[in-house]
Amino acid sequence: MAPLDDAKPVATPEEEGTAAPAAGRFLKAIYVYEVPVRVWHWVNALAITVLSVTGYLIANPLPSQPGEASANFLMGYIRFVHFAAAYIFAIGFIGRLYWALVGNHHAKQLFRFPFWDRHWWGELFLEARWYLFLERKPKLYVGHNPLAQFSMFWAIAVGSVFMIVTGFALYSEGAGQGSWQDRLFGWVIPLFGQSMDVHTWHHLGMWAILLFVIVHVYAAVREDIMSRQSIISTMISGVRTFKDAEAPADEAHEQPAKKVARAG
Amino acid sequence: MATLETFYEVMRRQGITRRSFLKYCSLTAAALGLGPELVPQIVHAMETKPRTPVLWLHGLECTCCSESFIRSAHPLVKDVVLSMISLDYDDTLMASAGHHAEAILDEVMEKYKGNYILAVEGNPPLNQDGMSCIIGGKPFTDQLRKVAKDAKAIISWGSCASFGCVQAARPNPTRATPVHEVITDKPIIKVPGCPPIAEVMTGVITYMLTFDRIPELDRQGRPKMFYSQRIHDKCYRRPHFDAGQFVESFDDEGARKGYCLYKVGCKGPTTYNACSTVRWNEGTSFPIQSGHGCIGCSEDGFWDKGSWYARQSDILQFGIEANADQIGTTAAIGVGSIIAAHAAVSALKRAQHKGDV
Ligand code: HEM
Ligand code: HEM
Ligand code: SF4
Ligand code: SF4
Repeated sequence: MAPLDDAKPVATPEEEGTAAPAAGRFLKAIYVYEVPVRVWHWVNALAITVLSVTGYLIANPLPSQPGEASANFLMGYIRFVHFAAAYIFAIGFIGRLYWALVGNHHAKQLFRFPFWDRHWWGELFLEARWYLFLERKPKLYVGHNPLAQFSMFWAIAVGSVFMIVTGFALYSEGAGQGSWQDRLFGWVIPLFGQSMDVHTWHHLGMWAILLFVIVHVYAAVREDIMSRQSIISTMISGVRTFKDAEAPADEAHEQPAKKVARAG
Repeated sequence: MATLETFYEVMRRQGITRRSFLKYCSLTAAALGLGPELVPQIVHAMETKPRTPVLWLHGLECTCCSESFIRSAHPLVKDVVLSMISLDYDDTLMASAGHHAEAILDEVMEKYKGNYILAVEGNPPLNQDGMSCIIGGKPFTDQLRKVAKDAKAIISWGSCASFGCVQAARPNPTRATPVHEVITDKPIIKVPGCPPIAEVMTGVITYMLTFDRIPELDRQGRPKMFYSQRIHDKCYRRPHFDAGQFVESFDDEGARKGYCLYKVGCKGPTTYNACSTVRWNEGTSFPIQSGHGCIGCSEDGFWDKGSWYARQSDILQFGIEANADQIGTTAAIGVGSIIAAHAAVSALKRAQHKGDV
């Protein structure tokens, strides 16, 4: 936790009971994403990139290789890389799920969809309005904002399960009847109709996740520049810093280890 | 008394010698993948068990299953099996016709109540009160329901009976419906294919007649002994698939060299059937061997998945013909343009507020 230790711990403005200095900006730092969450994020991002490239090439193979069949194994390697990345993706997901149980409450956010929480929906629409340039300022969040949480829940929490289930069902066709993949996931094939349908849905799943990634990376870069809190560095160091004295909207259930403030 | 006749007696009556009979038993064992030690067991069963009658009905179909069946590779197997079943009822193969034929049907159903096997070729159309398929003046649906009621088990021959096939293609005006959706209270063995391979058909029926039980089925109700692997798993062009050597278009260099047909739409990787091992016409060849991709004729819905010559299916829900990649790239371009516009507006706003948010 180097960033925290480096920062000079000074009381926040509220604690000192003073108003924010007119020209200054306050910096508050809260440790949000623990190591397993960050490691998983980048491993997972890499796995998805590899899976998408190899998956696309499985459906649309490269031009034919010259020479004897015995001297080439291009499609074999592409499929091998897909399956290797698939195992990393699947095991990583299980690990992330475990961390949601034992980690801090930010680690649980990815798997939560607070459907009955009217307040949450209200903030989600507020965030959406901000993206539509209808709000002057977004709220500050220590964790994910509701709109981000919503899309992460559907594209990554649900989307990963979908890709793992359909992926291992396809894998079971090669592994053969009676393999563990077949016993665990073989039922998926008749559920979708037949093998071709599972291929189609698995393929559409890739595009759904890729759409999320496009929007996600854009939003991360944009927020990093435009918003009043740190974004990209947070997924690297784990620490969220705020450039504003306003209290984050989700701070009520927050117990920061340390709050630091520094004149901007 | 027919009830007491054994398979062996029937065969002898049909002029089959004991020598041929024994040969048939060992062939059967081999075809079903059973060891030679099981041959005496088959012989014993055939000599002592009373013959199980088979009633073969025809619904909406093209008779390709019957055509395939009577071309079974080994003439002995064909003769034996045919003599065992054509004795009873098959309106295409039997000698009698009309009311006489229908009378035989009733007679067998009566005499062997709960003991006969029903083999169905084709399927019942349910719309217009079943009027799209009339047998002996009545809808086929009625005949199917009537005969199925007292059957021991049902064999769904071909993709029609198993899944619906081309007569069930969108928008399926007659509502042609696979057998298992109409008859829900009997064990059903699906033997899909358009048509199924002759040796697969005789293999399944011989197994059921000799062992008096249905073969082990997979999740979709197909006999595991013939449908547990994909064409792709045993395809002789598979090394070219793994090497990344594909026929890019018919009659190119790759086609002449016998490369993999994946890029010209081969459905072998998604089709469960025995073509790449048993092959067709007495083991002569099969579609892929003659240079054409598999069209997936033994898979549910193969008739509605788009081109035979493209690997990716059409996704019909989108109204126009489009596959996953076309839908995905269109959406990605759409989202990309929105993002570009959004980024531009964001930059403008930021400039307006002089960098303050
Ligand atoms: C395949 C690519 C990617 C996927 C699937 C992905 C997925 C995710 C997920 C699921 C989270 C939530 C983490 C959690 O709660 O456990 C997240 C957060 C985050 N990601 Fe990514 N990500 C990808 C690429 C990137 C890239 C390239 C960047 C950097 C530009 C990035 C920046 C971030 C940031 C900054 C957060 C934290 C957001 C916040 O603070 O609320 N991601 N990402
Ligand atoms: C984000 C995750 C994933 C993405 C984006 C992805 C993408 C793809 C794509 C686009 C295809 C081609 C589908 C087609 O034929 O049209 C494919 C095939 C396949 N994927 Fe994935 N996949 C993912 C995860 C997985 C997982 C977890 C597994 C599990 C082992 C898996 C196993 C397979 C298999 C077995 C095939 C078929 C290979 C073949 O036909 O030779 N995938 N994948
Ligand atoms: S020709 Fe078809 S079944 Fe044979 S290896 Fe190629 S894709 Fe597979
Ligand atoms: S190769 Fe494919 S399309 Fe041809 S008969 Fe076999 S399963 Fe049917």
